[in-house]
Amino acid sequence: MITKSIVKIEQINEIALDTIEMKLKTPISLEEVNPGQFIHVRIGSDHAHQLRRPISIADLDKVNQIMTIVFKIVGSGTEILARAKVGEELDVLLPCGTGYPIDKLEVPKALLIGGGIGVPPLYYLAKQLVEKGTEVTAILGFQAKEHVFYEEKFKALGNCHVVTNDGSYGHQGFVTDVIDIESPEFDYFFSCGPTPMLRAVSTKLENSNGYISLEERMGCGVGTCFACVIPVPGSATDYKKICSDGPVFEASEVAL
Amino acid sequence: MSNLAVELPGLSLKNPIMPASGCFGFGREYSNFYDLSRLGAVIIKAATGEARFGNATPRVAETASGMLNAIGLQNPGVEKIIAEQLPFFRNYDTPIIANVAGSTIEEYELVAEAISNSPDIAAIELNISCPNVKEGGVQFGTDPVLASEVTRRVKAKSKVPVYVKLSPNVTNIVDIATAVEAAGADGLSMINTLTGMQIDLNARKPILANKIGGLSGPAIKPVAIRMIYQVKQHVSIPIIGMGGITTAEDVLEFLLAGSSAVAIGTANFQNPLICPEIIEALPAVLKKYGFSSIQDAIGKGHEHATANISRT
Repeated sequence: MITKSIVKIEQINEIALDTIEMKLKTPISLEEVNPGQFIHVRIGSDHAHQLRRPISIADLDKVNQIMTIVFKIVGSGTEILARAKVGEELDVLLPCGTGYPIDKLEVPKALLIGGGIGVPPLYYLAKQLVEKGTEVTAILGFQAKEHVFYEEKFKALGNCHVVTNDGSYGHQGFVTDVIDIESPEFDYFFSCGPTPMLRAVSTKLENSNGYISLEERMGCGVGTCFACVIPVPGSATDYKKICSDGPVFEASEVAL
Repeated sequence: MSNLAVELPGLSLKNPIMPASGCFGFGREYSNFYDLSRLGAVIIKAATGEARFGNATPRVAETASGMLNAIGLQNPGVEKIIAEQLPFFRNYDTPIIANVAGSTIEEYELVAEAISNSPDIAAIELNISCPNVKEGGVQFGTDPVLASEVTRRVKAKSKVPVYVKLSPNVTNIVDIATAVEAAGADGLSMINTLTGMQIDLNARKPILANKIGGLSGPAIKPVAIRMIYQVKQHVSIPIIGMGGITTAEDVLEFLLAGSSAVAIGTANFQNPLICPEIIEALPAVLKKYGFSSIQDAIGKGHEHATANISRT
């Protein structure tokens, strides 16, 4: 169940250009939090910013109740968040949304495909999968060398291929180009990133089992406002709410 | 009777605080955060005759002290709302106000009749002011003749009191308010969102897929206060006020302007506990400003007025 909590910033690192990693100490147990879920963060303490920001969970230390989040500075809200100091407190709703249902799946081999700020939730997913004995291959896509992060962390868990759009680091091109080149074997793919990337991945891997995690502008973050809906294939009126039914869906479950 | 209680047509409110339509879904999600029985009432998401999918995404954008939305009245249709959503509220001791929308007067009549027949509904909020749909909505709310006609015909079909939700996107709000009062409205609900727009500098295009959306949040509060103050001088039916309320002090300001109760919209997104927190804070704020009850404060902002403010 979602709780409104006050969390304390324990650590802040800039891990790539405009990309901030924060470690947050939570007052509540993280036992029930799954990979792929997100937190909804209030910006500031006055009324200047009316909408919270959804930020995915990159890692969890359940024993010490430390949550790691990673976000990119894209506007005034995330800029304010990035300027926060160690020791400050944040007002968050957690955990929001559904995660990757890996407890229900048999996954000997997994392919993880992340794009930009879609990479962080796949890291905690990769850790959980490896703990279950899954062999993990990751393809991480970024715009350019200065945006690359978490490569070493993924390499510590399995195969990891980095691709940049401009070719300044790793492969040159898109994550789908790496799928063509490497032809990795997998039982399920798990992908998170911008919608055009998810569309390309879902199309290329349409005959495979897979889960995707969607990004969208959100209002409430809990399912009341209908801001972040996505159509269901073959229906004019059926939809899923990304914040509460998702952000993780089976790749065939939604119409991208 | 508690000093927070208010009696309105069809509504015995234990306090004047209710979540606004479209900002609270059908109540289930926020019931995880607190007991909905604490609320004065709940105004549920708009119902139309058939299911509507609404507009393309992105549907929301943040602005300075506000937000734009262009949801587009997405809802499962009135019959499904009656069958699948309303029974949930039987778990709670709070009146439910149904927001009714349509593309034609006939659709408004159909939805109002169907939903007002439900024993779960205490009143209707007639939505003639949604800025985000191509047909219906605001076209009825910006023309006094059409507003009057839809009010009269919905009143004839409804089994419960009808509160007409007014659009601020008009030259003369008093003309619309007096027209719907004359047509039999039991109360007014004001204001709906102001039309607005925001352009993404990088993408060089409007952020909302619908381009234009409805502006809400603290940014519109002065407009709401002005319109309620203005309308209060010309109507005798009660007003449910809304538009950027985030504190108990804001509630008092709406009461002084002439509201008898208030709805909280956008602020629920920033703080899901905003409604119970304001209810908790209200008695002390009333006391601080010298009022013994909600009833005591309603319209008191008009006492020192020497003349009516301009109708426009």
